[in-house]
Amino acid sequence: MHPAFSVVFLTTLIGVGQGLFLAIFTGQSYSAVELLPSEDSIQFYAMGSMLALAFLFAGLIASLFHLGHPERAWRAATKWRTSWLSREVIILPLVMFLVCLYSLMHYFGWDTMLFTSKTGAHLQLTLIVGGLGLIATLALFLCTGMIYAAIKFLQEWATPLTVINYLLLGSASGFVLATAFSSYNAPGLVKFYGIWATIITLAALLTRSAALLRNARIKYKSSMQTAIGIRHNQIQQKSMGFMGGSVNTRDFFHHQSRLFMKSIKWVFMLLTFFLPLLFLWSGIEQANSSTLILAFLIQYAGLIMERWFFFAQANHPQNLYYQSL
Amino acid sequence: MTQLALVIDLNVCVGCHACVISCKEWNTSGPAGTMCDDNPYGADPTGTFFNRVQTYEIGEFPYTETVHFPKSCLHCEDPPCVPVCPTGASYKRENDGIVLVDYDKCIGCRYCSWACPYGVREIDEHEKVMKKCTLCVDRIYDESLPKAERKPACVMACPTSARLFGDVHDPQSEVSIAIREEGGYALMPEWGTRPSNHYLPRRKMRKHIHKDELVRADNPLKKEQRDHAEPIDAPTLDDSTSW
Repeated sequence: MHPAFSVVFLTTLIGVGQGLFLAIFTGQSYSAVELLPSEDSIQFYAMGSMLALAFLFAGLIASLFHLGHPERAWRAATKWRTSWLSREVIILPLVMFLVCLYSLMHYFGWDTMLFTSKTGAHLQLTLIVGGLGLIATLALFLCTGMIYAAIKFLQEWATPLTVINYLLLGSASGFVLATAFSSYNAPGLVKFYGIWATIITLAALLTRSAALLRNARIKYKSSMQTAIGIRHNQIQQKSMGFMGGSVNTRDFFHHQSRLFMKSIKWVFMLLTFFLPLLFLWSGIEQANSSTLILAFLIQYAGLIMERWFFFAQANHPQNLYYQSL
Repeated sequence: MTQLALVIDLNVCVGCHACVISCKEWNTSGPAGTMCDDNPYGADPTGTFFNRVQTYEIGEFPYTETVHFPKSCLHCEDPPCVPVCPTGASYKRENDGIVLVDYDKCIGCRYCSWACPYGVREIDEHEKVMKKCTLCVDRIYDESLPKAERKPACVMACPTSARLFGDVHDPQSEVSIAIREEGGYALMPEWGTRPSNHYLPRRKMRKHIHKDELVRADNPLKKEQRDHAEPIDAPTLDDSTSW
């Protein structure tokens, strides 16, 4: 496929936003059961989730550039019964609403204690709203992943690993950002987020590698023979039906060399997984916020390449009809 | 239930592109608006077409055959492009099975073109909506046309009648009989899309002519050109006539 940068930015930006919200909410959940000290509502929970909202909003703006008619985008909410894209269109604003509400409730102190146990564990109203946000965030990861995994003849995408990778890569970038964010606003949580960011990044390394291995040995179901229905081993296209280009030659192929495709794979593996882990470790050891920010920026750059590669690697069967690509 | 479709005879198609031109002409002048056409005479022409004719060479030289392969929307019975559409702009008509795009609802997200394994959906880069073959829906029901002309423009244009049009759900229709009796097949059956359009395969048309068939024994022309092989003084049958 031809990777559209609008979609590359959409999926990576909302991934960061979702991951950061998950991280902030995880922090509050831990403090609710007294595993972590409670942080300042305004400085940490409100600001952190507002930052997550900013990323979600940036992703939403990026998505509009993908549409031919953004003014009709509201129509995309109608076919949620059959279309994962429609479901994403509904859930993304819902996540944004819940994250915004969560942030505002913390900012203005619209919170009440609902329940306190003898051991000190407590349940607040913000925790309930955050819990709903958590469910919506996970549902959004599912929708985003399923948009790609549901197209069965794009065999590189049609695997549960696609959904898992969206979840883990988004969460990893969010937790790395949370580590950097907490180094400014809640230094006590840097180690907590750093460890989680490392664990999730390592898990994503495993599942992304699994997807790369799977795709390296994929056996395509469609062939020239099934495409035109002629059972002969030697079929050569002499004419695509036009002398210039068409949407078919532009939209479904990355037009990059084999060497480029091979090298970008290693570059994104380095930038998304290995370098951020190194910078995380050094940033936490030296308590250096800028190193942690750098870890996030490097990982985000890696994720852009990862997402570019994810799209470019998918081999659309329609390319069989356009052999001179 | 009716399922309108095309049956394309690869044995007959000569690759003249008349169907492509006729399709573009009809549909670009239709009520749905023009189909874009950039640099038509320039270095890098591009534009929206509902129908393309491709050419393939089968076999190894010198034992090759050329196959011209017209390609347009197959109006699948289970179209993968329809359920993925987030707006419902892409739909399959209940009454005749034509897969259409509502250009007023389409947001131009291209998801349906990703979900079509055949690559027959093309976004109109000027109008920014997805376009595809409509089976000339604005023509086949037009009662102001004579009945014989209520067919898609490509079918009307084909000089070799390589394109048949009809209801593939009616077992006695021309298209159903052609599919049944000439070995009609669907493209990429592995994805379960059940295309309605079918292709008739190339058929070997071999005729063995024996030597004695080269000369017609009872050729009436020969009566005037009798070979006077016998000598003039040879005995005749009745002793009175001679050659």
